[in-house]
Amino acid sequence: MDTVTVTICAGTACVVMDGSRLMLLEEQLPPHLKGRVKLRGERCLELCHRQGAALAPHVLVQGEPMDQASFERIAARIEALLAAGS
Amino acid sequence: MARDTNATRIRRELLIRLSRAIFRGELPERADRIPLEMLPRDGRGHGLRCCIHRERAILRYRAMAVLGFSVQDERDELKPLAEYAREALARKRRDPRLLTVLEDACSACVRSAFFVSNACRGCMAQGCALNCPKQAIRMEQGHAVIDPELCVNCGRCQDQCPFNAILRVPIPCEEACPAEAIGRAASGKQEIDPARCIACGKCMQACPFAAIAEQSELVEVLAALAAGQPRVALFAPALAAQFQAPLEQLVGALRRLGFCAVVEVAAGADRAAAAEARELEERLEAGDPFMTSSCCPAYTGLVAARLPALRPRVSGTPTPLAYAAAMAASQFPGVPRVFISPCLAKRREALGGCVEHVLTFEELGAALVAREIDVDACAAGPADLPASAAGRCFAAAGGVAAAVGAGGGAATESLSGLGPETLRRLRLYAAGKGPARFLEVMACEGGCIAGPCTLADPRVARRRVGTWSGGG
Repeated sequence: MDTVTVTICAGTACVVMDGSRLMLLEEQLPPHLKGRVKLRGERCLELCHRQGAALAPHVLVQGEPMDQASFERIAARIEALLAAGS
Repeated sequence: MARDTNATRIRRELLIRLSRAIFRGELPERADRIPLEMLPRDGRGHGLRCCIHRERAILRYRAMAVLGFSVQDERDELKPLAEYAREALARKRRDPRLLTVLEDACSACVRSAFFVSNACRGCMAQGCALNCPKQAIRMEQGHAVIDPELCVNCGRCQDQCPFNAILRVPIPCEEACPAEAIGRAASGKQEIDPARCIACGKCMQACPFAAIAEQSELVEVLAALAAGQPRVALFAPALAAQFQAPLEQLVGALRRLGFCAVVEVAAGADRAAAAEARELEERLEAGDPFMTSSCCPAYTGLVAARLPALRPRVSGTPTPLAYAAAMAASQFPGVPRVFISPCLAKRREALGGCVEHVLTFEELGAALVAREIDVDACAAGPADLPASAAGRCFAAAGGVAAAVGAGGGAATESLSGLGPETLRRLRLYAAGKGPARFLEVMACEGGCIAGPCTLADPRVARRRVGTWSGGG
């Protein structure tokens, strides 16, 4: 696997739960992961209707949903996917 | 907006839950359950401080602030949130205070700005203890110890120590305040001096315990919307940069939330820019060396309090909000106006009487989530009072200078953030040595998009503003 696709939800609930910063993922990644991530912004992924948005912000990492997404958690998942795929 | 995301998330989740309860008409019934639901016994997310009970107690105080009360006013610890909720629903006027300190969260912070490290040799001279004006230092097992209850943070001990063993520990809220308005009162608690406070919100952003909370008027505004009472929304230009959806869909979202009319404060910014450009021309002709902007109330507050030499240079043109509020009043007479604000300073300006209510961006966002309104899914339409791209660009630093300076070609300068660099620059202007003829100053670094009550990361919001400048 060369690259991992990360889809950031740009829905209102995710923005309200501080998800907008995830759009800056590329500049926050550790050097060895730079260039190995394809970042996409997407309209509401409709993952927020559980627990009243408390689990937002949401992202998809290679199609797999992630709750309470943060730079650290996304980077860890990317790392694991790349390690498993290589 | 270098805020701890955890604190931000907790605050916003609380706002969402309280908003939902208001919209469902069950605020008094639900309020006391919210801290328990957010921190269930078997859940994750606690363990930050000593125990779940303390976390819940702090959440209860946060909820009190959202309901509009000052935590300092608490007289009965057993008074349930339900009772505060009923009082909030019945009150006619909001508390004029903006911020309240959550003592139970604040008490985890350092109590003294000076600390004796292990480098202390317990020397014979004991210059630290002998020169302490409050006798706050005693020797314990060959090591100097500062009593935080007595220490007044003067720093003389640090100057005396030959081993550089005494460290200055910054107290984040005090470091961040540009107006020296927050500090430890005689009671031993952090207090904000309302006479000095310029409502910039820096203390709130700086506190790593999120111990400084806003006293909100969420209840008044959302209860009125829920009851179908007419309210007109006036939204600050920076709001449109919070979401990726087009501005016209944001207008649609505000209508769906229940506002009967929507006004872009950027329309007021268009008028303010024209008036300010005329004023600048007149002032320069009359021999004034320069003029400085009047739209950021935290900046004008700082000038009034700390930079007297700049006072006569502040533009007399009303703010965009003042213009927009007057326009809304003539177009929709008698309809209460709700300003959607990126910051506390504008809340204070609004409390001065130019609009009836204020919601912050965070509170509006919580209300949208509570109502399950996704901006991106809302019908697009123009505001009742729309604006030009120039007015909308007041959202970011440089926008005012661009709009005011555009016609006359006067040299402009834009400063943002009230850190040491900006203050140095302002003193240069106060001394009459500034190079520009029009000086724009914003209290937040990057302008209103970086306000203390915004939702989006300022860098992401800045990119959005960048896409407007070419548009209509």
